[in-house]
Amino acid sequence: MSQHFPVLIVLLPLSAALLSPFFSYLHRQAGKWIAILSLVGAFLCSVGLLLQVVANGGEAIHYWMGDWMPPLGIEFVVDPINGVIVTMITFVALCSAIYSTPFLKKNNWLYMGGYYTLMALLCVGLSGMTLTGDAFNLYVYLEIASLSGYGLIALGGNKGTLAAFRYLLIGTIAASLYLLALGFMYSMTGSLNMADLSVLLQDKMDSPLIIMSIALLIAAFGIKAALFPFHGWQPDAYTYSHPGAAPLISGVMSKVPAYAMLRFFFYLFGAQHLFVQHGLTVVGILGALGIILGSVMAIAQDDFRRMLAYSSVAQIGYIGVGLAIGSFYGLIGAVLHIINHAFMKGSLFMVIGGVRYRFGEVSISKLGQIGKKMPFTVFTLVVAALAMIGIPPTGGFFSKWYIMLGAMQTEQYIYVAVLVISSLLNAIYFFRVLENVFINPDPGLKELNPPTGKLELPLQMLIPIVVFGIAILALGFCNEMIVDGIIKLGLPEVFVR
Amino acid sequence: MSDAGMLDIINNFLATKGIYSLVLILLFLGLYGMITSNNYMKKMMAMNVMQVAVIFFYLCFAQKEGGMIPILDGITTDPALYINPLPHALMLTAIVVSLGTTGVAIALLMRIKETYGSVEEDEVLRRADK
Repeated sequence: MSQHFPVLIVLLPLSAALLSPFFSYLHRQAGKWIAILSLVGAFLCSVGLLLQVVANGGEAIHYWMGDWMPPLGIEFVVDPINGVIVTMITFVALCSAIYSTPFLKKNNWLYMGGYYTLMALLCVGLSGMTLTGDAFNLYVYLEIASLSGYGLIALGGNKGTLAAFRYLLIGTIAASLYLLALGFMYSMTGSLNMADLSVLLQDKMDSPLIIMSIALLIAAFGIKAALFPFHGWQPDAYTYSHPGAAPLISGVMSKVPAYAMLRFFFYLFGAQHLFVQHGLTVVGILGALGIILGSVMAIAQDDFRRMLAYSSVAQIGYIGVGLAIGSFYGLIGAVLHIINHAFMKGSLFMVIGGVRYRFGEVSISKLGQIGKKMPFTVFTLVVAALAMIGIPPTGGFFSKWYIMLGAMQTEQYIYVAVLVISSLLNAIYFFRVLENVFINPDPGLKELNPPTGKLELPLQMLIPIVVFGIAILALGFCNEMIVDGIIKLGLPEVFVR
Repeated sequence: MSDAGMLDIINNFLATKGIYSLVLILLFLGLYGMITSNNYMKKMMAMNVMQVAVIFFYLCFAQKEGGMIPILDGITTDPALYINPLPHALMLTAIVVSLGTTGVAIALLMRIKETYGSVEEDEVLRRADK
């Protein structure tokens, strides 16, 4: 049984996604429970897999589909880094699936079934992208994730439809560019398996086709990850997406392409090659620009969700900078930030979704004295805001710390300066939120969904919110365990510097 | 340069790079259309042109002069005599994906038309800002 864990992570939500509308037709709640149970199963499988990999001492687990041997067959490869990322994906997906139930209480069976189909499919696409060891398979999962993402964004309402359509246009360009890059690599080597490609490409690394492939990969994954200046689709898409799915979309959907970029540059090409280093420098410069521009744009927003979306542009910049530094600590920082950011951004979107559920309000200036009505939600808001700024002992501090450590060791002081400036800018826009919450007078918001019992929000929403708040603190306290026990085992053998 | 020499160069270019240049032109026509046209329907059609260009690219490098269709006929199993079937199989998947993308795009476009009464970009954006 346990040898089938890698494929079960994908297979369970996939079958639940297909069954969900049918079961919703039979009973309005049944489709929801099928999807949630499948996500529980996927989460347990990924935890089991992670423990297995760590117990093996970081030795990667290979799963061959239908026992077809690579390089001909499709394989799933689980190493410590993508093991921990897939655990994060399934956990965030599970929490968002539970969290979104109160938003759907007035909708009919078709909407319920369709919503959970898209939710489970998004989880399938993202975990497949992380696990797969086959480059064309990655394209298929990328498109599964994108298509279900478009659907979930479009469910957010009229503006959501528009945002989804605009994202679809630019997202398809990204997928086509990835396919083109893959075409170059395939025509050079005749292989699609990543491990095989990495061996076959080593003596062809100075070919012009590789330069084209690197440029196309940066553009393709840059668009998908909303790296500056490819982030045009992202603020609208995050702002108008369905409030229940926003934690998953904002926290995870744009981070997985960043991980795919890491995988291509450090594991497949190998960072010792000149052109890869140039490509990484470009990613670093774009990331640094994105950090500054995203933070400045975030200060200018009044819509809480839009502010978070621009702050995501900055956060993906941190990951880009971590990759560009390319040293031991830089990569640890980048991977740790992928995990931290999923929880920080996810919890902030959950908080504003909760406020919107109860009061129908999303602008920062109207959040005055909300802590008196929603103490647990504001606890998570404060923890996540402090983590975004990077104050110890929250998780956000440590990923920034590792990135800075890497920049200091490799003497790239410009990145240190950018990180410090951006922390200050982060502090400006998050302290503005906290000031509004704690100091401003109560604007007298009208209750749309007044609480029925003693709790401020329905239990299904409150539990994920509090769990995420605790998870951010836990990631901070346990960072040494995660870094030493898991991430260090899976780092590539060669670094840029 | 003599006419014959010029012809040789052209022939050589067409034989080695001709089809790829056409594919490249098609790809950039698609991108150009997506960037410049103001109508969402036309943008979507340009998107399809771009996807088809990528599909052509794969089919072109799978091609081989004098190769036959990759079916086991009992006469020979020499791989040099067959064209490479794998890119064709990959592109079947890519065609399905592009069909799915187009389907989602049309569905979204119908909702946009329903809500905003137009598919012209500037018109839709003006009405969305209200």
